Amino acid sequence: MDARILNELVDSFWKLLIPGIRVTIPLTLLSFSIGLCIALAVALVQVAHIQVLKQAARFYVWIIRGTPMIVQLFVVYFGLPSIGLTLPAFPCAVIVFSLSVGAYCSETVRAAIESVPPGQLEAGYCVGMTFTQTMRHVIIPQALTTAFPPLSNSLIGLVKDTSLAYSVAIVEILATAQRIAARTYDYFWLYCEAGLIYLIFCTFLTWLQRKMEKRLERKR
Amino acid sequence: MIELRNIRKSFGPREVLKNISLKVNEGDVIAILGPSGSGKTTLLRCISFLTTADGGEIVFDGELFRANHSSRKDILRYRKKIGFVFQDYQLFANKTALHNVTLGLTVGRKMPKTEADDIGKKALEKVGMLEWSDSYPSQLSGGQQQRVSIARAIALNPSVILFDEPTSALDPKLTGEVLDVMKRLADEGTTMIVVTHEMEFARRVADRVVFMEDGLVVEENTAEEFFANPKDPRSVDFLRGIQRGVSQAD
Ligand SMILES: Nc1ncnc2c1ncn2[C@@H]1O[C@H](COP(=O)(O)OP(=O)(O)OP(=O)(O)O)[C@@H](O)[C@H]1O
Ligand SMILES: [Mg+2]
Repeated sequence: MDARILNELVDSFWKLLIPGIRVTIPLTLLSFSIGLCIALAVALVQVAHIQVLKQAARFYVWIIRGTPMIVQLFVVYFGLPSIGLTLPAFPCAVIVFSLSVGAYCSETVRAAIESVPPGQLEAGYCVGMTFTQTMRHVIIPQALTTAFPPLSNSLIGLVKDTSLAYSVAIVEILATAQRIAARTYDYFWLYCEAGLIYLIFCTFLTWLQRKMEKRLERKR
Repeated sequence: MIELRNIRKSFGPREVLKNISLKVNEGDVIAILGPSGSGKTTLLRCISFLTTADGGEIVFDGELFRANHSSRKDILRYRKKIGFVFQDYQLFANKTALHNVTLGLTVGRKMPKTEADDIGKKALEKVGMLEWSDSYPSQLSGGQQQRVSIARAIALNPSVILFDEPTSALDPKLTGEVLDVMKRLADEGTTMIVVTHEMEFARRVADRVVFMEDGLVVEENTAEEFFANPKDPRSVDFLRGIQRGVSQAD
């Protein structure tokens, strides 16, 4: 690695970090938040035994888990226009990533809700709360504490999965690296650098996860 | 004030409650005694609609509730008149002691927080747990948790409090502190239905004893009479069994 490459890498570091901050992070946070809401809804439908919705939820999880995310992206971004529905790339990516997070995390959340002792719900009833109130104030907070580590893993997984957005013409970290390298031919170094940006994001999230876990533990 | 009429419950082929009828007046302290598996817990759970009975009626303050199908709304309204103290406390694990006591007020009854906190603190003080207000259940001993759970019940000012073996998960030292709290409540005129294996408590605190066996009320008597002159041979057997247990323990 000579001085020219080093200079170039320092220069491109910021060029990669900026789409990371402008695209990857918003895409991750938005998709994860929406996905978590979907996951919670799907899990609740299952623990509350709402029959019709339960079937629908199962069907949804089955489809999402059984097909590759890149195929889903293609269907939504390249496929939908051919049946008359054209969406910009970013919303397409948000839809696909949210649905994916929703499907995978719903199982995590459902298991966490079911791990809360049934007596907690009964205690809620006995202080005059409804099912919904007890879920909201007692069961779900406890379940989310339990589900926190696996959910953090899903979040970290999503950061990396957003690189798939490259395939639907979203200029995120990987696409930017590709563009710079196309000019300079330093593919090796630029792709490594793209990886480094992801590594930095994920390391930060891992550190945050540990800190939060310690805080949650203190309450138990 | 609360009257059970012909409460029935089966689990599969097993009849656990066979037409239980019972009348409880205001201020009564009723001890429900009986061997393991006689249906005591099931009875309390049917009274609080945690388990749906197969049949029977509950008359509460003059209003009739059907034990097998009351609407969700009726059950919610009904439950606001009862308190329940579980054998394993079941404090809300994600809430501090004070929040455990006030949650039913702020969420269940939409009471403003400051007002609820006042009531909650008074309830905690009554059970000697005020200084533990900010502790989480996992930071408390079993006896302390059970006292908080009693505070949680009394804060809601229920017409009757149901206790399901409130001390059976505690060692003897901690049992005492919980029984003291319950005795104080009884002295203040709280209406209580207590399933217990603590004969001393039943003898000294309860007004009446209901002895159950095999899903039936075998004997209903004043506490004094029940322990001095039990009428039913099965009660006699039961008491003798306990006496033997005690003398063995000595
Ligand atoms: N959910 C259930 N499903 C099936 N059988 C049950 C259920 N709950 C209780 N039973 C049965 O009903 C009978 C009465 O149980 P219950 O818990 O009411 O007895 P208990 O008098 O409270 O006993 P203990 O003193 O041991 O607490 C037991 O034979 C028990 O196995
Ligand atoms: Mg029992």
